[in-house]
Amino acid sequence: MVEEEGFRRYVAHIILWIGIAIVAFPVYIAIIASTQDNALIANGQMSLLPGGHFFEVYYQTIFVGTSGSTREPVGNMMLNSLVMALLIAVGKIAISIISAYAIVYFRFPLRMPIFWLIFITLMLPVEVRIYPTYKIVADLHMLDSYAGLALPLIASATATLLFRQFFMTVPDELLEASRIDGAGPLRFFWDTLLPLSRTNMAALFVILFILGWNQYLWPLLITTRDDMQTIQVGIRKMITTTDALTEWPIVMATAVLAMLPPVFVVVVMQKLFVRGLVETEK
Amino acid sequence: MANVTLRNVRKTYPGGFEAIKGVNVDVGDGQFCVLVGPSGCGKSTLLRMVAGLETVTGGEIDIGGRIVNQIEPADRDIAMVFQNYALYPHMSVYNNMAYGLRNRGMAEAEIKTRVEEAARVLELSAMLERKPRQLSGGQRQRVAMGRAIVRQPKVFLFDEPLSNLDAKLRIAMRVEIRKLQRRLNTTSIYVTHDQLEAMTLADILVVMNGGQVEQVGNPLAIYEKPATTFVASFIGAPPMNLMATRPEEIRAQLAGSAAADAGILGIRPEDFVITDQTPAGGVALPLTVEAIERVGAETFVYGSREQEEQHLAATPGELPPGEIIVRIPGTEAPAIGAKIRVAALRNKLHLFSADGRKRLEA
Repeated sequence: MVEEEGFRRYVAHIILWIGIAIVAFPVYIAIIASTQDNALIANGQMSLLPGGHFFEVYYQTIFVGTSGSTREPVGNMMLNSLVMALLIAVGKIAISIISAYAIVYFRFPLRMPIFWLIFITLMLPVEVRIYPTYKIVADLHMLDSYAGLALPLIASATATLLFRQFFMTVPDELLEASRIDGAGPLRFFWDTLLPLSRTNMAALFVILFILGWNQYLWPLLITTRDDMQTIQVGIRKMITTTDALTEWPIVMATAVLAMLPPVFVVVVMQKLFVRGLVETEK
Repeated sequence: MANVTLRNVRKTYPGGFEAIKGVNVDVGDGQFCVLVGPSGCGKSTLLRMVAGLETVTGGEIDIGGRIVNQIEPADRDIAMVFQNYALYPHMSVYNNMAYGLRNRGMAEAEIKTRVEEAARVLELSAMLERKPRQLSGGQRQRVAMGRAIVRQPKVFLFDEPLSNLDAKLRIAMRVEIRKLQRRLNTTSIYVTHDQLEAMTLADILVVMNGGQVEQVGNPLAIYEKPATTFVASFIGAPPMNLMATRPEEIRAQLAGSAAADAGILGIRPEDFVITDQTPAGGVALPLTVEAIERVGAETFVYGSREQEEQHLAATPGELPPGEIIVRIPGTEAPAIGAKIRVAALRNKLHLFSADGRKRLEA
């Protein structure tokens, strides 16, 4: 690093602080708004300092919900989102690590065509195949269920590719040593490959959990019951009210609550996450 | 305890490449067999076939009286040490050694006894709880050896186990491996491309080239009587000087023996002396000194012959045609550009047929 002289360093820091302010200000507003009285916000007289309604707003949000638009406590929505996001993240990792194992370590007929088939599905995100997917889920009577929320999103070409790349960097000698040590394919997978993939799995989990948590279109389509609503859908519904005042403090509190689990996952797993992205040691 | 016998073993890869073209080797019980040869000669492939990691296209591999062609590596009662050690990175040293035993369903107490005994022998006792990445190269190497020892297999297989170590450690480990093998008295097959390792370790040396065995035998016997020009130039450092016997000058000196029919004459650098005499039946060559290397105990003189003869087919380890290496005591050092005359005794000459495939006895 080159030592910068004082003035230039201040300029750089000021620019960085401006950047942080731009990113952080909306979050700050949301937190502030969730502690204010709704009437004040509706009047456009919201203060930029925290109001005094923090506990009652969050209590109402988590355990009661809005009085009109969603009729569902946000606590329950969060539970739905959490179950969906966990199912998607864990399911994707489980499915894709197994398929990558098959593709890298086994020779079977049509191995490469199958690999390319998986690869090609990258070009077909949920939005593109939404009608047939909906039809299948409906025909399987999985509307308004956790299975319906998570299952169609579990297959993942990206994760399969990632694990494939990782497996290809694992030295062949490890497999050979395992064979000589009397470990069959399942033992090798369980005793050697899985522990080695730990950091990769953690990195993927972070990404996939947030991806699952932020799903909007799919849950909107296949859930109709209020008690199966996810938080992302819930926020949207709260904002559009036809004949009543939007309950902004509750909306903002919901938004803040929706941010917490992803933040929590990133903070808890960031060490593993970074190692998973940069680690080369085998 | 077992013999290992290879009978006419062949390996052809899908696509037609013939890696092993019929190899016959017999390794006696408790012997240390070294496969040596240049890269791509098939020595590692052959070892991996014995281990069961490569399929056998033809012939038989016999370990301890049992044909193992169709038997899984785990059931062949062998243990292998890999070039990159192939330690399980996420397991402690103890677990690395214990893994193979656990997979065989051995009792935990017995495993503990065996691992601790191996660790004691290999001076790893203080490191049993460490992970491989916390160990130095030499220590990893010893863990890999430990993993092989605890199994108490019939045969040890080594695939260039020392080539990832630095020069000093390599020599130390070489001695350790030899001592360990002597003590355990376990039949071993060892692959290397380093002829020095091969010479020092082997009871039986197998020199391979192009998927075939060039010569099998005691290392010193091979050094003294190489069967082909390939073996002659591969075993011994610096390599043997090989020259066509066509020039009349040399032919005249060899007159009167079967040697006169030889196509190629070989003389080891260490068999030359600088002298004005021509020993009876021997060979004398006038050289111009082009370079010298003084390494202390000895001096290597690189000289060119005044008379350029027809080039020989180049084989690995061979000298540029026309150049002669002479080894002389370290106290001597002729000046560069000097004209010297070197001579070798009759019984130090190696004579080969013109294609280099056959040794001719004088």
